[in-house]
Formats: sequence, structure tokens, C-alpha cells
Amino acid sequence: MEFGPHLLLATLEGLVQASVLTLTALGLSLVFGVMRVVNVAHGEFYMLGAVLAWFVTSMIGGSAAIGFMAALIIAPLLVGLLAALADWLVLRRIDYDPERTIVATIGLLYIIQQVTLMTYGPDAHPVAPPFNTRLALPWFEFTDGGLSMYWPWGLSTTSYKLFVIAAAIVTLLALWMLMAKSKLGLILRATQLDGETAQAFGIPVEKVYALVFGMGAALAALGAVLVVPIQQAHYLMGDDPLLLSFIVVIIGGLGSLRGTVVAAILIGMSDGIISVFFTPTLAKILATLLVAMVLVYRPNGLFGAKPA
Amino acid sequence: MRKSIALHLGLIALLIVLQFVLPAYHHGNMARIMVMATYAMGYNIMFGYTGLLSLGHAMFFAAGLYGMGLSVQFLGMGVGPAFGMGLFASLTLSLVVGLLALRTLGVAFMIVTLMFSQTIFLVILYFNPYTRGDEGFVIQQSVRHIFGLDLSDPTIRYFAALVLFSTVLIGTLKLVQSNIGRVFIAIRENEPRAKMLGYDTWRHKLLSVVLSGTVSGAAGASYGILFGYVGASFAQVPYSIFPLLWVLLGGAGTVIGPFIGTLFMFYLIDLSSTVTDAYMLVVGVVLVLLTMFARNGLIGIVRERWAKWLP
Repeated sequence: MEFGPHLLLATLEGLVQASVLTLTALGLSLVFGVMRVVNVAHGEFYMLGAVLAWFVTSMIGGSAAIGFMAALIIAPLLVGLLAALADWLVLRRIDYDPERTIVATIGLLYIIQQVTLMTYGPDAHPVAPPFNTRLALPWFEFTDGGLSMYWPWGLSTTSYKLFVIAAAIVTLLALWMLMAKSKLGLILRATQLDGETAQAFGIPVEKVYALVFGMGAALAALGAVLVVPIQQAHYLMGDDPLLLSFIVVIIGGLGSLRGTVVAAILIGMSDGIISVFFTPTLAKILATLLVAMVLVYRPNGLFGAKPA
Repeated sequence: MRKSIALHLGLIALLIVLQFVLPAYHHGNMARIMVMATYAMGYNIMFGYTGLLSLGHAMFFAAGLYGMGLSVQFLGMGVGPAFGMGLFASLTLSLVVGLLALRTLGVAFMIVTLMFSQTIFLVILYFNPYTRGDEGFVIQQSVRHIFGLDLSDPTIRYFAALVLFSTVLIGTLKLVQSNIGRVFIAIRENEPRAKMLGYDTWRHKLLSVVLSGTVSGAAGASYGILFGYVGASFAQVPYSIFPLLWVLLGGAGTVIGPFIGTLFMFYLIDLSSTVTDAYMLVVGVVLVLLTMFARNGLIGIVRERWAKWLP
């Protein structure tokens, strides 16, 4: 393939990755923004979403589309409930102390990961996409006879990948509506600004925290359900999304939702494009080091304006 | 003061006696536990005494391990000078990481150390032709000699581990009772106040990181020499979490706590791995329970209730 079509293909792959990453990172950012705690177990909630999607689709059987739609609703819901429960049982009792929360969520990480290993097993399992039509893409080129269109071999995407991008956009809009327009959004923003004052005004802050923790995990699970027909479900699949989400949330500015979205698209795209052209290990080294340096010299992230 | 010296010398004496009575399996375990407890004591200097929570100590352990291993492998050094190279590597790394990471505080510090450590792990993978990546390499038995002693022999290995452990144990005890150690504790308790009293807190924090990183590196280098294996798995995230767990379990900010924590956790995992492969589950459960119910760890509880004099 020539450079132009190759780049288009890499961009499309990057967009799919960016969509999933946006949802996952938004979950982490929401939790940090409202509760001021870092959830290290976030990647495991992502993994649980994928594994539950496999359970749901293999239980329901029948047509792939019905099973997948069921998984799209059931998996995030269950993961959200589980996370809210973990918040209620553990995090609430340690008063959301930032450092102790990190240690406790590291504990949760291993509990979730190892219980999955014991029940689901060490193998990766695929989930069938609900629809998967191959769409060939045209490429345009200037030749002597003017603009001409042709269909390069290998330049194609699938209807499912386009669906992932669309689903992420719809979820983003829904979340934005919720935060900006609804009463619940008002409560969340009030808690984010000042938890104590919010409580003085009669907001049940502890319940809000449990809800936010659940919502954050559900967003990660949703991203995972979307990605699982492309990647397989595996009990260790939470590690990479966790690191990438960290990177996104830091670059975007801790707690800033808008920054998170911008950074997720930027990083998801460049990760997709870089991994097409360069060796993944070197790309990861540079990315990790770069982010550490950003955090050292710009602790509020590239887009974060107010001090954390 | 008297009591504390008696306690720590007593522990060392007990470990000497154990060498002669322990059955072979536990004898080997104990040598390993002493090396790992040294790693935990290194971690404790930073976390327990200075209040700096690092999530990336595996990089210092790995710096010692690879600094030693690569010197043996490619520079043809004996294990003695190679151990020095391991120390040098971890000292340099901890100085660089300290200079950069100490610009941040709290949660950001934790994430920065995590990311630096991840970078070191990836660098080890990237230089696969030299480091052999995940697979790692073996330090040949023929090299593992010092002063004519065969370090792969169980008895000599046990005593070598004991020498390392005792040095760091007594060193830590001396450190925390010295003026520098007291400034570390002051920083942990209230950094702005320590600064107001005229202490250069930044320099003390840097010193704490370097001491902690170098002791961790010494543990890494010794592990490679005594057990003959150098591998990238020691640079991975779990090896950053283990010392945190050991120190939390034994009691952060106690000299003897890291050893107690390592001992407990080692046998807890050992017992559970006879039941299930998913032994990290135990690690997770203990971490959660510790943060919820026993913030100060085992020795911390002992100190609170019965023995206020414990250093």
C-alpha cells in the first residue's frame, strides 16, 4: 500500500482506539474530579466489562446481535453496581484518604483480577460482533487525467468499527447532557466543587460518591464491551487501558472532563498511528517517559488551568 | 535505647541459631526472606520514616539486579565488583528519579514513580539482546564465588543473606535514631513545620530517596548473586507493590516491621499457593484489610499497645 492509503487506515484504527480510550479515561477522570481519589482498579473494571460481555453473549446464544445488545446493557450495569458496592464497603470506611485509597484499590485490582482468573480462566475468549460488513474505502489521486478514484487493496474498515466510534460519540453527548443539564449533574458538580459545603446543603455526599464510583467503572466496562469483538476478553487485559487512561487523565489535566476528551482523542489516535509505523515498545517507552515529565513540570496537566 | 539494641541484636542471634535448626526447605526460604526484607527495609526508609509513598521501587531493585548481572555477563567482573556496580546503578537512578519526582507531591509523586518504573521495565524489554527480556539470564554457578566461598552453597548463602540483612537492620536503627532520621520523621509528620524550623526538607527528602533506592538496589544485586537469576519480572509492577505490602503489614516506620511483614506474607503466599494458582488474591485481600483495619501494621499495633519504645 502507498503512504496515503496506509495513513488513512492507521487513522481509522486510531479513531476506534481513541473512542474506547475516551470512555475508559472519562470514567477515571470523573472519579478523580468528583471524589479526588485515584482508582488503580479502573483497568480491572474494564476487564470485567469484557469478560461479562463474553458470559452474557455465550449464555444468551441465538443471534450475535441480540446477545451483544444485551451485553451492552447488562455488563456496564453489573460492573457499576459492583464498583458502587466496593466504594460503600471499602473506600467509604477509609474516608477517601487519597493515599490509602490507592493502596486499597491496588488490593481491589488483585482481588478482581485473580477471582476472574479462578472463574473465567487464563484463556482469551472472542465475542462475535453483532454485524461486521467489510467496507472497502476508495482513495483519490491526481493523475494526468485529473482527479481519479480507485480502491486500493487492503484499504477497508468494518461496519462494526464505525459503530464503535458512533457509540462513543453518543455516550459522550449523553454524559455531557447529564453533567450540564440535569439535576443530578448539578449535584455532581456541586460535590466536585466543595464536598463539605454540598453536604451542608443537604446533598448526600456519600451516596453521590458511591454513584460516581459506579458510573466511572460502568464507563470503563462500556468501553470494554465495545472493544471485545475486536480484541478478545482476557483476565490481564486491564493493564494497558489503566496505564493509557492514567496518561490521558494526566495530560488532560486531573479532573477536567473536557481536557480528558481532547487528550484521549490525541493519544488514542497517535497510539494507533505510531504503532502502525514504529515498534510498540519504543513508542511506549517514549510515551511513558513523556507523561512522567509532563507530570513533573506541569502537575496540573497540559489543559488543566486551576491547581489541583 | 538499650531495649531496642537488645531486641535487634536478639533477632540477629535468633536468625543465626535458625541456620542450624531449620529444615532444608524453610532454610532456603529464610535466606530469600532476609534478602526481600532488606528490600522492604529500603522501602521503609522512604515510606515509613519520610512519608514518601513510591509505587515504583521495582526500578531500584532492578537497577541493582541488572547493574550487577550485566557487569558479570558482559564485563566479566567477579560478583564482588559487580555488586558494587549494582549499588552504583541504583544510587545513580535514585538520584535522578529523586531530583525529578520530588518536584511533585502526594498522588502525583506516586504516579510519577510508577511511570518511571514502567519506563525502566520497558527499557529492559527493549534491550532484549543484552537483557534477554522476560526470559532473563542465569548467573553461572562458577562465577558466584567471593573470597573463595561458594555463594550457591545453602549455608554460605544463608550467612551472606544474614550479613546483608543485619547490616541494613542495624544501619536503619542507627539512621532513625540519628539527627537525620529525626528530620525524616519530622518531614513525615509535618513538612511545612519542619521547614519553618529551618531544616532543608528538600535535601533531606532527596537523601531519603537515594538511601532507600540504594538499599533496595543492594537487595536486588544480592538476590541475583545468591539465587543466580536476573529477569525482567523483578522490574514489573508487582515488585513495586510487594515492599509496600510487606512494610504496611509489618508496620511502616518501625525498624523490625519490614522483616515481620515479609516473613508473614511469604508464608501466607506459600501456604495459599498449595491451594490455588491465584495467590495474588491473598495479596489483594491483605492490602484491602490492612488499609481498613490495621493502618499501622503488626509491629505498629504492638508499639501502640505495649511497647512505646520501639524504634
